[in-house]
Amino acid sequence: MIEVVNLSKSYGDYIAVSDVSFSAEKGQIVGFLGPNGAGKTTTIRMLATYLPPTSGCASIAGYDVVSQADEVRKRIGYLPENPPLYPEMTVREYLKFIAEIKGVARATMAERIDQVMEQCFITDVRNKLCQHLSRGYRQRVGLAQAIIHEPQVIILDEPTSGLDPKQIIEIRQLIRSLGESHTVLLSTHILPEVSMVCNKVVIINRGRVVIESMLNQLTKDKDLEQIFLESVSREDQQGLQREISLAS
Amino acid sequence: MRNIIAICKRELLSFFVSPIAYFVITGFALLVGFFFFNYLAFFARMYEMSQMMAFRGGAELPNLNQVVIEGLFQTMVVILVFLIPLLTMRIIAEEKRRGTFELLITSPVSVSQVVWGKFLSLAVVIITMLAVSFIFPLLLMVYGNPEIPPIISGFCGVALCALGFASIGMAVSSFTENQIVAGVSSMVVLLLLYVIQAPAESLGGTSAEVLRYLSPIDQVQQFLRGVISLKSLTYFASLILFGIFLSQRALEAHRWR
Repeated sequence: MIEVVNLSKSYGDYIAVSDVSFSAEKGQIVGFLGPNGAGKTTTIRMLATYLPPTSGCASIAGYDVVSQADEVRKRIGYLPENPPLYPEMTVREYLKFIAEIKGVARATMAERIDQVMEQCFITDVRNKLCQHLSRGYRQRVGLAQAIIHEPQVIILDEPTSGLDPKQIIEIRQLIRSLGESHTVLLSTHILPEVSMVCNKVVIINRGRVVIESMLNQLTKDKDLEQIFLESVSREDQQGLQREISLAS
Repeated sequence: MRNIIAICKRELLSFFVSPIAYFVITGFALLVGFFFFNYLAFFARMYEMSQMMAFRGGAELPNLNQVVIEGLFQTMVVILVFLIPLLTMRIIAEEKRRGTFELLITSPVSVSQVVWGKFLSLAVVIITMLAVSFIFPLLLMVYGNPEIPPIISGFCGVALCALGFASIGMAVSSFTENQIVAGVSSMVVLLLLYVIQAPAESLGGTSAEVLRYLSPIDQVQQFLRGVISLKSLTYFASLILFGIFLSQRALEAHRWR
């Protein structure tokens, strides 16, 4: 479903993402982990066809994200870091607009909107303006926007940030249930979230993949926190050495 | 087509839910009303004077179309130079600032659908605005007897000119994410376009011809005289398409940086 091969992105001299490769099958929920500034959002933006990669390639559902971007766009649901809401629209109007541009069939549109609002627990705010929503609700409207057209691949950039504990549990349940029939790529820096929701882990640091593994194999004898810290600090040291050797 | 209409409808909702459209339309009607009153008072004074002169061998009576209608429509174009940027400055810049641009770009809509949808919504707002201020020429038709055809063609000319301005304003808005920058830049660009024929006199020759052709005042003037030529239609169509082309390019460039 998702195939990433040697994907890189640089801005001038600054390398944001370097040679990232990983893959995800249908029905997998992939946790995309890394410290702040590791290149998670940049990678995700390239997969969502927002940014073009500098080199390497990626395909989603068999379509290349650069040359067949239009086909990819039909098949992904994408929640950016900040939910892209129009403040002057009500939640319902907003979802109707999204359903229109994402090509949900007119006949089933109203039904689908109701269904998604229920799934994301936003039915009670359906007639509120987006600008009056609290952070948690905005996040969930953003999630509803991402899944409304039943995409094959769902890409979520920190979907649980700003939610209260009860909402986090509900959204995790939702993501788990989505994972049964979709491929989900979930970026986060909350470790327990990964062990609760995901079945595959990709850890990146300084723009490089340091671990790609199924969760149950990875956590056989160590817990995720240990693995994360070890791999990230190892990569930090290697990165430092690379920089020193480059400088000399 | 479905996507263009969806984007246009969303944009109209923004215009009419927020007070922007109401303020711009009211402001325009207020200004046009004030100028209408002035031109009419001027016409009345001219009329009186020419009648006083009449017994001495007859001065020509002033023409209602020339004094009031032409004056009013030409003034409208000046007002549009300043008001259109206020309508267009947010049209794309705001999407970039709010992050909804990322949503549009990663959705299965093409850049040209986004641009056309937005232009269509601007056209609806602008035609509404001009239609509201059409009440003044209408008053003349009820209480006076102006020639109707030049009023209609003049109105079309002003509307085409406004659409051209809007298209340029939208292009400027697509280059920045700062609304004020977009607003000020489009005002400067439109004002320059408005006075572009100014150096024609001193330049002379072919360049003078070109500058005069590029001037929206001269093109609208044709329409006000009741002349709808292919030349002026081509001018406004090119202005509109040029703005739309630039907007598309600017958005595509954003995608591949």
